[in-house]
Amino acid sequence: MTDQGIGASVKRKEDLRFITGKGQYVDDINRHGQTYAVFVRSPVAHATIKSIDTAAAMDAPGVVGVFTGADLAADKIGGLICGWMIHSKDGTPMKAGAHPALAVGKVRYVGDHVAVVIADTLDQAKDAAALVDVDYDVHDAVVDLGKSQAAGQPQIHDEAPNNTVYQWHLGDKDATDAAFAKAAHVTKLDIVNNRLIPNAMEPRAAIGDYDTGQEQFTLYTTSQNPHVARLVLSAFIGIAPEHKLRVIAPDVGGGFGSKIFIYAEETVCVWAAKKVGRPVKWTADRGEAFLADAHGRDHLTTAELALDAGGNVLALRAKTKANLGAYLSTFASSVPTYLYAPLLSGQYMIPAIYCEVDGVYTTTAPVDAYRGAGRPEATYVVERLIEVAARETGRDPAEFRRQNFIKSFPYQTPVIMAYDVGDYAACLDKALAMADYKGFGERKAASAKAGKLRGLGFSAYIEACGIAPSRAVGSLGAGVGLWESAEIRVNPVGTIEVLTGSHSHGQGHETTFAQVIASKLGVPIDQVSIVHGDTDKVQMGMGTYGSRSGAVGASAIVKAAEKIVIKGKRVAAACMEVPEDSVDFENGEFLGRGTNKKMTFGEVALQAYVAHKFDPELIEPGLKEGSFYDPKNFTFPSGVHIAEIEIDAETGKTRIDRWTAVDDFGILINPMIVEGQIHGGIAQGIGQALLEHTVYDENGQLVTGSYMDYAMPRADDLPSYNVAMSNTPCPSNPLGVKGCGEAGAIAAPAALMNAITNALGHEDITMPATPQAVWRAIQKMPRKMAAE
Amino acid sequence: MIKISLTANGRKVTADIDPRTLLVDFLRTNLRLTGTHVGCDTSQCGACTVHLNGRSVKACAVLAASCDGAEVVTIEGLAKGDKLHPMQEAFREHHALQCGFCTPGMIMAAVDIVNRKGAGVDEKTIREELEGNICRCTGYHNIVRAVETGAAAMAGAKIAAE
Ligand code: FES
Ligand code: FES
Repeated sequence: MTDQGIGASVKRKEDLRFITGKGQYVDDINRHGQTYAVFVRSPVAHATIKSIDTAAAMDAPGVVGVFTGADLAADKIGGLICGWMIHSKDGTPMKAGAHPALAVGKVRYVGDHVAVVIADTLDQAKDAAALVDVDYDVHDAVVDLGKSQAAGQPQIHDEAPNNTVYQWHLGDKDATDAAFAKAAHVTKLDIVNNRLIPNAMEPRAAIGDYDTGQEQFTLYTTSQNPHVARLVLSAFIGIAPEHKLRVIAPDVGGGFGSKIFIYAEETVCVWAAKKVGRPVKWTADRGEAFLADAHGRDHLTTAELALDAGGNVLALRAKTKANLGAYLSTFASSVPTYLYAPLLSGQYMIPAIYCEVDGVYTTTAPVDAYRGAGRPEATYVVERLIEVAARETGRDPAEFRRQNFIKSFPYQTPVIMAYDVGDYAACLDKALAMADYKGFGERKAASAKAGKLRGLGFSAYIEACGIAPSRAVGSLGAGVGLWESAEIRVNPVGTIEVLTGSHSHGQGHETTFAQVIASKLGVPIDQVSIVHGDTDKVQMGMGTYGSRSGAVGASAIVKAAEKIVIKGKRVAAACMEVPEDSVDFENGEFLGRGTNKKMTFGEVALQAYVAHKFDPELIEPGLKEGSFYDPKNFTFPSGVHIAEIEIDAETGKTRIDRWTAVDDFGILINPMIVEGQIHGGIAQGIGQALLEHTVYDENGQLVTGSYMDYAMPRADDLPSYNVAMSNTPCPSNPLGVKGCGEAGAIAAPAALMNAITNALGHEDITMPATPQAVWRAIQKMPRKMAAE
Repeated sequence: MIKISLTANGRKVTADIDPRTLLVDFLRTNLRLTGTHVGCDTSQCGACTVHLNGRSVKACAVLAASCDGAEVVTIEGLAKGDKLHPMQEAFREHHALQCGFCTPGMIMAAVDIVNRKGAGVDEKTIREELEGNICRCTGYHNIVRAVETGAAAMAGAKIAAE
């Protein structure tokens, strides 16, 4: 079975339906008698709603319902929640304003939900939506993150004075300040982490359905975590108790974080299905996705690194303003705090770290987790500081890193994390060789001859994923546990269904989870089905984000498989008439040790159900086991990415000449899929560094609201990648795996900006390094270098 | 309402439609061919790519009414029965899809690229030609490999058929 089990680059089982057009995404589903919902959205960034007149819309052809926030409130439907409590440094809980699914009293960003119009056809709903008359008393927008907390700025929520949600900190301030006081060198940078719009290619969609006879709601939704959606919609928003609400997330076309959250639209669709007595369908158009999907990143940071005279890092200090947007999205509060500052030790021995973060409201779309969520921001801070410190002190950036690398494990950082394993120098050495670092000088000289500027930059990232030990995150404010569940149902013929609380929206779980079963139970992968994404089938689960499905989801499957083997051995022992403790399980066969008796897995499954050969007082019939797995620790993938670029000094255009990635992901279940995850992550990281930028004008209008204005990475913007692994198995989970889903997006921006600033010879440029930005930066180059 | 007749994946279909109906909506809603996707509203993403009279088009930028008498092939019509098109095979072989949402459009575009540029189409040309198809998952690396392989396989299949 090794050709299919853990470690094999098996072709994906799910691909056949996708390459033949047979995928089933939410928008491909239609319910009998369905209606169509269109949301009336705020055209202004900040206003008091004086009145909403829905009469004309109500009278329009085909309209079956028009609802506002008042209707939700009348039905006691609660607001959307933020599930992570952050306390400020003075001990006070974060100051969050209400987040109604349809606005009550005020609108706070362009795209905010004011009303919903539901009609027989989509066109009728659109036409009627235009007839909803909203009278706004418009206030000034608050768009500039740097100024939003200043006195005199318009207040977005009464609950949050100075638009400040929290002023949080982590680390030892006094120790850090003391280290800075005795530093031989201090590197200081002002860092912008640009705001991104996730842009999964499938727009969000929802269908709400209500069965009057059963008093049962069903929600089809583009979710990364249908059980979390059900929990929130039931327990907090109050749609229906959990046993009366089924949430189905079928094929989902990418998420990258943006489909974790419980949004207004699905809340309204499922609630309204009962109101209008028919299914209610909504599919975002791309413009709505730009306006109202949760955005990512958006930090302003001042960061400093202290070195001693020998080039040893003494301390790191950072002060960050994080834009949370107009409302707190589902996990927004945790992203710039516990998913960010605990990563500021990077791969380095840094004795003292102190970080302060202000979480701030602005009149822009909510900001929440986007691929990497906090760790790209941390890596960008650390790896820019390290690179610039090496430059300022005349050290080779590779050797400076090596000198400061953590070299023995486990390693307790000063900012919560206990790294379990790694070999950072091994990744670095491999990456240096693959990138031909030695030959860079010659290549740079050759480029200079051709009038081009060549640069090389490193990013030695670390990230914490496989989220997360429940007790640990609970102590930090999380409102949920972050275990995962699995149930293995062995059929009487030996085929298997695995029910998992993880959700696949591109990750390939139908293949990788089946590979785990092949390794653990010896059953070929075509006899294994992975069932996910339906709360009526899978009892409970926490879903897929934070690169957790291998480390947590697959570990739960391993635990359940171990129980299957234990039960199988008991059944086999009874059937073979040998002692239970003398049965071994190898390669899908139960063997009577010291005898020539054996049974295949399928034979044992059949006997478990036939139940003729064992005493039911001692062994229950059937073969089905479940597990809830709670991880011991995060996993800590790490690696070294090296970007080498060439800039056309005339146009400012950056060409990526070569991209080297050496990552440590522990044990790989399917190397082909892992490489695919790395490719995709790097592409998003390059997108952030070179192309993508979210711009609101001073009135809070989203300027970059379509693919004409928001530069998505396309095939001709990107290179092929040179990817390799240097793995140390993770000791914290039974598979030895680490998460690989976000690493590329975490590593890439720093590598690229380090390469570009290396080519420019100065640090005065922020992401995205568009040709215009690079061209401007070239004009600021020291004259000698530019002429070279 | 106007009446149109066209051939979709080899099947003759006739329908009365609103003259404003886009080809992509006609395919998805009237013919229930939901393999053709909608990823944007500005004709930028290519998720809706189909073949119209043998050439790839963005079905969100074509009025169904203008397709009267035309031959349309969607992702559902690319395989010959159970036999996948070489480009479909190549996408699976090279792990050129993750979430699969862009994939139908990518494959339809890729087949057209090879039809126009030939079996020896190089990486640079493939990347330029795929400019109108956005994938957020794969970073394009494996898509490029798949198109290279698919191109060679299409040429092989053509020779074998001759
Ligand atoms: S849907 Fe046609 S190009 Fe995006
Ligand atoms: S595979 Fe997901 S968008 Fe291309």
